[in-house]
Amino acid sequence: MRAAVIVFPGSNCDRDMAVALKAAGADVTMVWHKDANLPDVDLVAVPGGFSFGDYLRCGAIAAQSPICKSVVAHVERGGYALGVCNGFQVLTETGLLPGALMRNAGLKFICKTVGLNVVTSDNAFTEGYSAGDTVDFPVAHHDGNYTIDADGLALLHGEDLVAFTYGDNPNGSIDDIAGILSENRRVLGMMPHPERAVDNGHGGTDGQALFCGLLGQLTNA
Amino acid sequence: MKARVHVMLKDGVLDPQGAAVQHALGSLGFEGVESVRQGKVIELDLADGTSEDTIAQMCEKLLANMVIESYRVEVL
Repeated sequence: MRAAVIVFPGSNCDRDMAVALKAAGADVTMVWHKDANLPDVDLVAVPGGFSFGDYLRCGAIAAQSPICKSVVAHVERGGYALGVCNGFQVLTETGLLPGALMRNAGLKFICKTVGLNVVTSDNAFTEGYSAGDTVDFPVAHHDGNYTIDADGLALLHGEDLVAFTYGDNPNGSIDDIAGILSENRRVLGMMPHPERAVDNGHGGTDGQALFCGLLGQLTNA
Repeated sequence: MKARVHVMLKDGVLDPQGAAVQHALGSLGFEGVESVRQGKVIELDLADGTSEDTIAQMCEKLLANMVIESYRVEVL
């Protein structure tokens, strides 16, 4: 599987993402935000961080960068994309995923490991888990409070597009939502960091199944 | 020409920052502050003749996130 990791000024999980993908066996290319063209890849990963200093809104400026036009085209062609933390914010700002991430309900930056429920395994990202599994991933965000209008929320639930929920909601997200899929199930956005849970040195390896599952699915595709 | 864009969270969207400011005003002894909403003001210095429609596009494509925010334009 070939993967691109997008690098914005202010990205700080780009190398963690690359390490996690490589450890699972992916061929990874780092792509600078000013590049207008993506290399020929199966997966685009939009990493965590504070792209453009979170100016205006988290992810808003990054979503207008040259590379994001190519990311949108990649997804519209049926390509896969994974957005983690700031990457999730960027994907909602591009419109590739519905809803928005607001300031945490408690107003504080939250940096800790949280328990998550795997809600669906019917997609390439979480097929390595079973629905109902619980996993521990770190979160590190100030703006992770997911919100969406009532119709959008009904669609997420009705189409089985909620991938992860929080066991103990840290940020006020509606219906405890921690991660969602696009309607074609090929884009996953999530606030918690699976790439920071792939090595014993991280204190947990629950994220490995996500990357290994993705490799298995996309390599056979 | 100049335009001032006011961006606010939509009615019904919980504004935790506004709530914190309201709480702080109460702590200072100000009574009767029933609600506080916090938004942004963005001032644009534009070429003369920039149409309202163009400014609206700026708001909808970038300055406001229409999922959670509304905007109001004031041409100065």
